[in-house]
Amino acid sequence: MSQTESRPLQEKTSDRAPSRQRKPANNWLQIAGILPILVLICVLFSLLTPNFPTPGNAVNILRQASINIVLATGMTFVILTGGIDLSVGSILGVSAVVGVLVSLIPALSWAAVPAALLTGLLIGLVNGALIAFLDLPPFIVTLGGLTALRGVAYLVANGTTVLNRDLNFAWIGNNYLGPFPWLVVIALLTVLASWFVLRQTVLGVQIYAVGGNQRAARLTGIKVDRVLLFVYGVSGLLAGLAGVMSSSRLYSATGLLGNGYELDAIAAVILGGTSFTGGIGTIPGTLLGALIIAVLNNGLTLLNMSYFWQLVVKGLVIIVAVTIDRLRRRGGR
Amino acid sequence: MRGITKRFHGVSALQNVNLTVYPGEVHALMGENGAGKSTLMKILAGAYIADDGEIYINGHLLKITDPGTARQAGINLIYQELNVAPNLTVVENMFMGSELRRGQLLDRDGMERKAQQVLDDLGASFAPRDLVSTLSIAEQQVVEIARALKDNSRILVMDEPTAALSDRETERLFEVIHKLRNDGIAIIYISHRMEEVYALANRVSVLRDGQYIGSLNRDEISAERLVQMMVGRPMQDFYEHQRQTNPGAVVLEVSNISDGRKVQPTNLTLHAGEIVGLAGLVGAGRTELSRLIFGADPKVSGEVVLNGKTLEIHSPGDAIAAGIGYVPEDRKDQGLFLEMTSGKNIILNMLKQDSRAGVINWSSVSKIARDAVEDFSIRLANLEIRAMDLSGGNQQKLLLARWLAIKPRVLLLDEPTRGVDIGAKSEIYRIVSDLAQQGVAILMVSSELPEVVGLSDRVLVMREGQLVGELGGSTGTDITQENIMAYATGASEVAAL
Repeated sequence: MSQTESRPLQEKTSDRAPSRQRKPANNWLQIAGILPILVLICVLFSLLTPNFPTPGNAVNILRQASINIVLATGMTFVILTGGIDLSVGSILGVSAVVGVLVSLIPALSWAAVPAALLTGLLIGLVNGALIAFLDLPPFIVTLGGLTALRGVAYLVANGTTVLNRDLNFAWIGNNYLGPFPWLVVIALLTVLASWFVLRQTVLGVQIYAVGGNQRAARLTGIKVDRVLLFVYGVSGLLAGLAGVMSSSRLYSATGLLGNGYELDAIAAVILGGTSFTGGIGTIPGTLLGALIIAVLNNGLTLLNMSYFWQLVVKGLVIIVAVTIDRLRRRGGR
Repeated sequence: MRGITKRFHGVSALQNVNLTVYPGEVHALMGENGAGKSTLMKILAGAYIADDGEIYINGHLLKITDPGTARQAGINLIYQELNVAPNLTVVENMFMGSELRRGQLLDRDGMERKAQQVLDDLGASFAPRDLVSTLSIAEQQVVEIARALKDNSRILVMDEPTAALSDRETERLFEVIHKLRNDGIAIIYISHRMEEVYALANRVSVLRDGQYIGSLNRDEISAERLVQMMVGRPMQDFYEHQRQTNPGAVVLEVSNISDGRKVQPTNLTLHAGEIVGLAGLVGAGRTELSRLIFGADPKVSGEVVLNGKTLEIHSPGDAIAAGIGYVPEDRKDQGLFLEMTSGKNIILNMLKQDSRAGVINWSSVSKIARDAVEDFSIRLANLEIRAMDLSGGNQQKLLLARWLAIKPRVLLLDEPTRGVDIGAKSEIYRIVSDLAQQGVAILMVSSELPEVVGLSDRVLVMREGQLVGELGGSTGTDITQENIMAYATGASEVAAL
């Protein structure tokens, strides 16, 4: 059941009821998602510039995508419950600054990475607690977090760049495991672990249940509060991880780090076919969404398109993503 | 209104209904849940359009195509749920959509004067500029009445206006209604409460299953006759349930349970292998009571004892752990996960038992789902079909299957056959009956009298948040539709006076 979750549906419905003609196409969109679009964009860039389709550039794209993949994976958990986490960029900033600061304390430098991760996790849990127990709207809570935590990041960094030339976890951002940068390996491990949780665990099914129908979830005995706490905790933890990844690449951190990253993460999730209203979506979809954004960034830069135009294109992609979301849901009902 | 017919999705809600209302009378409209009262009134007010039939106002044929034309003809409907905007003032609410203007600007003074005048006529104690949210429910109702009257309403329809009112407020409302009647306005008054009909009505008309049954004049009104007119639906396509006269041991004992609002402190007992019907009219507190037992709503008092052990139920999770299941009344809103596959919908409650360290054993779990599909003859091509693509009957069976997978000792069913076709209904009856035979104690909330009568071993009747009657079992009272309605409408008390 788990491995072939969606295929039998397609096969059997096609020979079953003609009244469900719409369904195969609809499912095709959900399953294959935006893979064709990703392929199309890649082919297009390959034709336009010979610098695009090289192994080196592929690794480059993956590395550029890695941080957004991690953030978007956390965001997928949140959006699956029908919520949103606008604070991940700011959590990234705070965690990164905390991590580098701790690494500068000789006696505690070993604790730099755990400290950054813990910072992210704790902030995420606070978000989750406010949303789950005080019943505040996720948008408001995390919007507040977005602003307040940005300020915290500047304050902790004391307004400057915190630098550590001998950063003990710099290997994360700069070394390779075989042909792959550690950044990419970490991002893919995150994806795998998240996919496993959502697909193979009770908690995963409960996350979909809460997003699909919160009232019904409560009546089936699901502890909705705990599920919400978990998803915001994961989102915060992964934002902390992204903070470690960013700062390790730069040997430094500033209060500005991660500014606006939440938008790319949300765009990746929505591009990946996760419904804004919750209950529908997959981790592989999010991975594809993040890759599309990275390929666009990379390809447009290779084409020497101005940064301004890149922004325009990226913005349009987000709108297209939401359009796809709408069309799909209309098809589903 | 002559020959009014209305169908919803091929199901007829009203068939050839006639209704005549005179100016200066309070005309009560009665009938069971789903008899078609509200539908008929919505047609009169233009919220629905009749498939057939004609409406005459003062002898003139009137085509009512939307709420606007109805309002112009002087017809106003006050819905059961109040339609006021709490953040606006009384004046703004009264003139919403028909604001007075001076040129392009609002004529606030004019509106206020007019509002004051109407409110004075009604003897209202609040001012036009008061915020609606600061008024009591009864006062908000007066705002709605005032809104209708400022248009020189000739026909005023009130759909269970006292449902949310206290006794004092009800009295005030009745004064207003008397006053309106004396001013020559026709009032159509939908109510379930026998004593209100006695207090107010000049005439009563009864609908049953979308058909006009008849009218009684004031001097002909008797609780007995009204109950007779309201019930009497034939038993059709019924599963033959062997009534259990010899119930097993007490399984569930609920004492003094209350939510402090809609459920007055209530006691009830369920025996093993017993189906107890919980009857009553809409809003009597049946759903609220079952949700309280299940822990879905916080209770202010009360104790739930299962097999002699007092349970600490603070959430549905606690109830489920103790072996209590609950199938909610609105399966799409509260029961199903429409986007999920049927298989997942079934096994949702047992994932925990069947997992190791939180990792699901999909092969064992999907076997359970397959067995359930077979046991309940749920018709689906495979387990991957999304719940939203199933018929109502199959969806309901899916929910039952979900609960049965955890082998409950007590099952609370809320309207188990609502919106289910007849074939699936009798299958659901068979499932429920089988369950009882296996020793599960079942409490079934149902608004369908034939269902309650046909399936229950014992019937409890609720009215206004209280258990007011018990039928069958050791009570010596027969389980009949008439007896149930007598308790549900309060006719038994009126008759006793």
